[in-house]
Amino acid sequence: MTENNVILRVENLTKHFPITRGILFQRQIGSIQAVDDISFSIMQGETLGLVGESGCGKSTTGRSILQLYRPTSGKVFYREHELTKMKGEDLRRNRRNMQMIFQDPYASLNPRMTVRNIISEPLEVHGIGNSSERRERVQELLRLVGLNPYFINRYPHEFSGGQRQRIGVARALALRPELIICDEPISALDVSIQAQVVNLLEELQERFGLTYLFIAHDLSMVRHICDRTAVMYLGKLVELAPREDLYESPLHPYTQALLSAVPIPDPIKERRRKRIILEGDVPSPANPPKGCRFHTRCPLAVDVCMEEIPEWREAVDSHWVACHLV
Amino acid sequence: MAVNSGTDPQDILARKPRSLWRDSLQRLLRNRLALAGGAAVIAVALVAVFAAFIAPFGFAEQDLILNNAVPPWLMWLMPEGAENYARITPKFPLGADALGRDLLSRTIYGTRISLAIAVVAASVSLLVGTVYGTVSGYLGGRVDNFMMRIVDFLYGFPFLIVVILLQTYFKAVSRRGTAECFASVILQWNDKLGGMLLLFVAIGLVNWIGMARIARGQVLSYKEKEFVEAARSVGARHSRIIFRHLIPNVMGPLIVAETLAIPGYIFTEAFLSFIGLGVDPPTPSWGIMISEGVRGLRSYPLQALVPAVALSITTLAFNFLGDGLRDAFDPRMAE
Repeated sequence: MTENNVILRVENLTKHFPITRGILFQRQIGSIQAVDDISFSIMQGETLGLVGESGCGKSTTGRSILQLYRPTSGKVFYREHELTKMKGEDLRRNRRNMQMIFQDPYASLNPRMTVRNIISEPLEVHGIGNSSERRERVQELLRLVGLNPYFINRYPHEFSGGQRQRIGVARALALRPELIICDEPISALDVSIQAQVVNLLEELQERFGLTYLFIAHDLSMVRHICDRTAVMYLGKLVELAPREDLYESPLHPYTQALLSAVPIPDPIKERRRKRIILEGDVPSPANPPKGCRFHTRCPLAVDVCMEEIPEWREAVDSHWVACHLV
Repeated sequence: MAVNSGTDPQDILARKPRSLWRDSLQRLLRNRLALAGGAAVIAVALVAVFAAFIAPFGFAEQDLILNNAVPPWLMWLMPEGAENYARITPKFPLGADALGRDLLSRTIYGTRISLAIAVVAASVSLLVGTVYGTVSGYLGGRVDNFMMRIVDFLYGFPFLIVVILLQTYFKAVSRRGTAECFASVILQWNDKLGGMLLLFVAIGLVNWIGMARIARGQVLSYKEKEFVEAARSVGARHSRIIFRHLIPNVMGPLIVAETLAIPGYIFTEAFLSFIGLGVDPPTPSWGIMISEGVRGLRSYPLQALVPAVALSITTLAFNFLGDGLRDAFDPRMAE
């Protein structure tokens, strides 16, 4: 993997949401540290999985990359363009290259718009084609995601969850982006539909050479679709490694605990599976623990974990981890 | 499950595409009371438009000999012994008022005033309220805070005092004939509208506030939806998000609130005319007619009863229609 294959580079990305009080004169009394100082890059054509518990900042990371939330600090590069510095028109033009697929297919489609208007909106916004060209493109996209092009004048409420998610995928593909951020695209769907949508995403990736940032909390699904996987805990990246490395030899105690919770579809191995049960709850991101954020629940924690923030480093070849004990 | 069943491709293709608006319309058409209300509203509107053709007499046409006249077929409604003092004549279908003007014709012309107030006040408050509330909710933060404090301030403002000041000032100026530039333009317009302009201003000034609050609340909930985020992520501008995504979604509750507010506007006009702060005579407002009729209520009950019945029918019709619209736009409320 050479440097020019990097499609997206995230450097020390931080997003804090202010907590304010007061009606007329608002003052900040604290902040939710949703994402804190994370760095990683995504290579062209790969699928990077991002997993973690709910509320650990996965979605915030995705949204900060797209500049839907402006990061508090840190940089996001799309190829050589620094998105975090861009404003207005520049940013609008660069949005063509990155799109997003949303979690809830019921909330992500405007109920008052037809499928045609929903899918052609990106084209209209960027002034691509005239109305009949756009219509053709919409029909082509519908066919591409496995929907009947005759559905063009239907409204979202006439479709099932899986079909709606396909419409969402078609909208994300409309501008022929290179990078798609999938924000838990399957967690709101039935299990039988999940596989269909995942297969569709894989097919499209092969066909158009797409790059995915795949946000999820289903570890086995991530293992199935991702080339590399990153694990987040309380706003921090704790481990990032190629798929097999991570699943076979996790280095961070949090990753080990997570993976030990995945059932194995083999009764003999399943009986021997030992679960690492973590004590306590995830601390509040408004007041995260000092030092390593995981030390309050880590079974292996030592004194240094409570004082120093572990360095994000490449422990083994292309296997990144943030832990004092590794 | 009935709504979600049949998402099979063939099933969907066999149906006609249905927008949420069309769904609502069909629910409305199934509601008998709302349908009756809607029909009554349309009938009242037709009467207002074609008043000149329907009314047998002009609204200021007098027959001084036949003042307080009563048609023979309505004598049963009159007090006991009325045949000794009342003029009985079949010339006026519902009788005449104290100045010998046909009650029916004046009531028919009166629909114009009431509906004009309803239409103008409703459109002004809908337009101003929607835009103000949407902008406030969409921008959020400090701007929202500031804009909503203005609304709070206006909300606490004594409406009646504003109207009284407005009316007495302009009426005094117009009597003295000393109006200058701005005031004279307003007075000219006011005269042309039969004294309604100031009513429009007064009612419009107050009623956009409620709409603005509803619009803001709706926008606050919709702007966090993922489809708005999706629009932002493809690079849609603010104006597009507001007009294509937010306003179509917040329109439903606003239309309902507006329809339910219309009886209030009609009532306010009638009330202000009743206490002499409304339109100028001889413009036949129901409020003025009732106030004139009340003076002779014991001897000639018809004079207050006829406009009062018209007023009740109109406001009830709007209320039924509004209730039906509410159920149609939000089916969860109906059951």
